[in-house]
Amino acid sequence: MAEAELANTRSEAIVPDIQNPIVTVSNLSLYYGETQALFDIDMQIPEHRVTALIGPSGCGKSTLLRCMNRLNDLIDSVRIKGVVEIDNDDIYNSGYDVISLRRQVGMVFQKSNPFPKSIYENLVYGLRIAGENRRAVLDEVVERSLQAAALWDEVKDRLDESALGLSGGQQQRLCIARAIAVEPAVILMDEPCSALDPIATGRIEETIEELKKQYTIVIVTHNMQQASRISDYTAFFYLGRLIEMAETSEMFTNPQLEQTEDYVTGRFG
Amino acid sequence: MKNLLNRGPSAQVWKTGVPFIWLTGSALALCLLMITGLVALVMYNGTGFFWPSDIEAVIFKDGRKAMGQRWDKQEIPASNRTGSGQFRIQLKVGNRDVYGSDFQWIDESDIQSTDYPVDAVVFERREWGNFYGFVEALYEGENRVSNTWDVLQAQLDKTRERHEQIRQIEKDAIGDLNRQIESLRLKKREIEFGDGNADEIDAIDRESRSYWEAYERLADQLAQLRAANEIYRIDVRLIGGEVRQIATADVVRAYRPNRLGMLGKTSVYLSRVGEFLFDEPRESNTEGGVFPAIFGTVMMVFLMSLAAVPFGILAALYLREYARQGILVRVIRIAVNNLAGVPSIVFGMFGLGFFVYGIGGSIDQFFFSEALPAPTYGTGGILWASLTLALLTVPVMIVSAEEALSAVPSDVRAGSLALGATKLQTILRVVLPGALPGILTGIILVIARGAGEVAPLMITGVVKLAPALPVDGIWPFFHLERKFMHLGFHIYDVGFQSPNVEAARPMVYTTTLLLMGIVLALNLVAILVRNRLRKRFGGATF
Repeated sequence: MAEAELANTRSEAIVPDIQNPIVTVSNLSLYYGETQALFDIDMQIPEHRVTALIGPSGCGKSTLLRCMNRLNDLIDSVRIKGVVEIDNDDIYNSGYDVISLRRQVGMVFQKSNPFPKSIYENLVYGLRIAGENRRAVLDEVVERSLQAAALWDEVKDRLDESALGLSGGQQQRLCIARAIAVEPAVILMDEPCSALDPIATGRIEETIEELKKQYTIVIVTHNMQQASRISDYTAFFYLGRLIEMAETSEMFTNPQLEQTEDYVTGRFG
Repeated sequence: MKNLLNRGPSAQVWKTGVPFIWLTGSALALCLLMITGLVALVMYNGTGFFWPSDIEAVIFKDGRKAMGQRWDKQEIPASNRTGSGQFRIQLKVGNRDVYGSDFQWIDESDIQSTDYPVDAVVFERREWGNFYGFVEALYEGENRVSNTWDVLQAQLDKTRERHEQIRQIEKDAIGDLNRQIESLRLKKREIEFGDGNADEIDAIDRESRSYWEAYERLADQLAQLRAANEIYRIDVRLIGGEVRQIATADVVRAYRPNRLGMLGKTSVYLSRVGEFLFDEPRESNTEGGVFPAIFGTVMMVFLMSLAAVPFGILAALYLREYARQGILVRVIRIAVNNLAGVPSIVFGMFGLGFFVYGIGGSIDQFFFSEALPAPTYGTGGILWASLTLALLTVPVMIVSAEEALSAVPSDVRAGSLALGATKLQTILRVVLPGALPGILTGIILVIARGAGEVAPLMITGVVKLAPALPVDGIWPFFHLERKFMHLGFHIYDVGFQSPNVEAARPMVYTTTLLLMGIVLALNLVAILVRNRLRKRFGGATF
């Protein structure tokens, strides 16, 4: 069996040397009740780069993503062992402030999830809950984040209309703009284009290209082309384990393991 | 073997699915038919009541005469047929003080002739029902004033004005004095129970004497007004030739339907509808208006919603957002659902025992002990009735609010939390606004359920005739301990408990129509609000 083989033959994943990691995951295991979903993950996320997490469905990449902003806390049955450090602080430390963590680590979900509010109120939501209500500041943030998400020209005249009236691609870019409105250090993206058509996907990829100058991005994707187009590093997961992580160009041209090669070339998975 | 469905032409038809479409369609059609039939019946019987129909004067073959408004016409059952006629008509002949009964059945075969005398008058009186006849003359004391219609109408207007004055004095000025005297009496009792300070008691007695003097002055004024009204009398000739005198003070409205054109009849119609909607009932509720019942119904629904809606939403929030989903929560959910199906009279008994006797009795003991043994809160009242109904409707609210909350996608919650919101912020700013249209649907259900409920009210505060509205100009303006009137109970009372059921029947339909209209209006308001919210929030998700 492939799994048994894996577990026996190789406990260490192949990972690159990363100079200035912003997120460091060490020895992370995660359980849903009795079922283990992540096995001893060790990886580092480089700052101001796009890191793509790939792997077949159910391999734990979304679960790992949600560990980085502690969104797994919402599920009662989840238990976690190991350490996740952001800026050298262990975020699972009992004294750690989850609210401020989530302001530092933004997230974009698989399905766009605008709030039932106006476009404007969606964008300033993060600021309002942090207590910022000065109109001038909010206006400035709305324009900046919409510009960054390449949505400004399309919605600038209807900021007071409901966000639910936007198209799917626009809604997803609105969610990206909403995430960057609070200026996080890291943006987590959980298959942000899986529900979009190719044109909307292209727009979002352009947006990501722009954003990586300022933000660190971790993106889960099932689309190999997308991973190769937009990411700087790629990490391949299989059955809850990190198998291999490398610079994207190397990962897609010259992977170290046959298993990785099989997956990225589409022979299995 | 061949498929069963493939055999024969009938099987072919079944395969097309058409019979099933017909089955479902006709089920819906039947439902609609029953509902529209109900509404149409109520509308037909309810709206015609106020129309001033013509007065028929009937001369019998044996020379007797009768006059009145056509009420009904039916076929005579074959077993009861005495004459040759097939039909009999029911005339509302009025003049109950003369004939003893308002109605007379007449076999068509007994009728010699029917005509419509132009001078026949309907007097709607404050007591004894309608009076039908011809005006002979108007008298002031012993002096004959005139017999012209215009003079009579002018005099009726004046009497009505004075009548209004009398009513105002009775209700406002004297009512006010009564309350002052009563509160002084209670104060005196309190002092007597306490230290019994003689000076204070003297002061109270003096004050109370001054009120009694004021009362006597008002009573004199009332006597004068009444006397001024009572000297005006009208001689009315009945169809039989006999002449009767009626006081102008007793007349609410007088008109000659046979002379009125469409316009005149419409104006009488509107005036009667206005009286129905905005006046108080007369003649043990069979005549006059239902304003106190409208007021009581609407106010009770508001109070009930005020209690049931916030509680229901809070309970649903805990169940859906905070409680750990497990067996206990499932059991609670089933219990809540079952509570919504408990017969309403059970809630009524509980309300009587818990709210009225339990809480109300304790309130009386602690805060209104000087008024005992007369209860203040320890008896049925609009507050207790509303709370009882709130108890009855809160399960409906919980169930629908929970459904509305669970319809908010969990991704939206996660999105808010991922932006650094606390759980409370997420609920207040994202979940509740998203669930609001669904919650409003729940409020609509609560209103519909609450407005239509009568049984529990009968034992927690509804009365046949409430002397005062629960809201008035006297501090503290809202008198939630007062008993009140309700349209649903009014229907039951007028239809089945009144001494003159036949005359009251149209009133039942009209009141039913009104109750349906009010429930519809309350629902419409809620639906409009919901649609506005939907528009504001885009409506794609909800």
